Amino acid sequence: MGKITNEELLQKLKLQFGENVSNVTESYGLLTVDTTREQIIDLLNWLYNEPVLQFTYLTDITAVHYPELQGKEMAVVYHVHSLVNNIRIRVKVFLAEGDINIPTATTIWNGANWMERETYDFFGVNFTGHADLRRILNVDDMTVFPMRKEFPLEDPNRVDKKDYFFGR
Amino acid sequence: MSDIQIVDAPPGVEGAGFFATSLDKAVGLARSYSLWPLPFATSCCGIEFMATMASHYDLSRFGAERLSFSPRQADLLMVMGTISKKMAPVLRQVYLQMAEPRWVMAVGACASSGGIFDTYSVLQGIDEVIPVDVYVPGCPPRPEAIIDGFINIQKLVQTESLRRRDSPEYQKLLSQYGIL
Repeated sequence: MGKITNEELLQKLKLQFGENVSNVTESYGLLTVDTTREQIIDLLNWLYNEPVLQFTYLTDITAVHYPELQGKEMAVVYHVHSLVNNIRIRVKVFLAEGDINIPTATTIWNGANWMERETYDFFGVNFTGHADLRRILNVDDMTVFPMRKEFPLEDPNRVDKKDYFFGR
Repeated sequence: MSDIQIVDAPPGVEGAGFFATSLDKAVGLARSYSLWPLPFATSCCGIEFMATMASHYDLSRFGAERLSFSPRQADLLMVMGTISKKMAPVLRQVYLQMAEPRWVMAVGACASSGGIFDTYSVLQGIDEVIPVDVYVPGCPPRPEAIIDGFINIQKLVQTESLRRRDSPEYQKLLSQYGIL
């Protein structure tokens, strides 16, 4: 089997999903496409089951918080890898601040379970249909999503770094 | 005379054929030279402590021959390394399982104050969950510093009254931490 180039991959994607694949970039040779919440599971399913591409390996699910992007504050990022062809693709879904819900990918990969729990833990992305969406790394009684940019990184309990100790 | 150092007798009344001292001092002497540490090592300071235990620095010289990895019979909880907020209940449980008299030593910047990890997931000093007797500064502290902290603990043990743990101040301290 010959190695599939990004152009061929993109061509196949466009043929299948047309307008639902947008904002195509290729940073450092990694093909990146945006899609919508309605299409994402279909798209991942298609990537998985396409007989030539066979993107069977889910590398990562994570999110990025862009507080400055109006209506696109939260990006959920999927990295999938084709072990057969040794190629990767990155799929992003942008969600608005007030409505951070996205269907779960556990229907395709069981491995998505913990990745989605982690993404929920740090970003508060609600994966609808996930069987057990609770925190995985942080303490259970945490009330915030620490990787969102409105959250201060420092621990609020610490007093020894206050300005008046340094004559400021 | 050989150059072997022997522990001095505690202050007391000496005479021909007898030596009188208070029970506090005799017990303190015995306790301080037979401390059994419980090393709670989570990161780099733990590695430094391994060097302290090894032949070159040899913590055993100070009577800490038996390092207990169980709270049973342990006197001194040595917390070495970053304690995350998720680890805090575990640390507290280990402390609660130790029998009185017990001492706590926070080794290194992380255990003492959270160190460089001023962040949402790290406990900013173990004194938020358990009372601490001696803090050892350094990141990581050299074995000499850990030994210095240990000697300071020994001094505390020697001068502690037998009734200190029943005193209202001590009860108040523990109740601040929700113990008792």
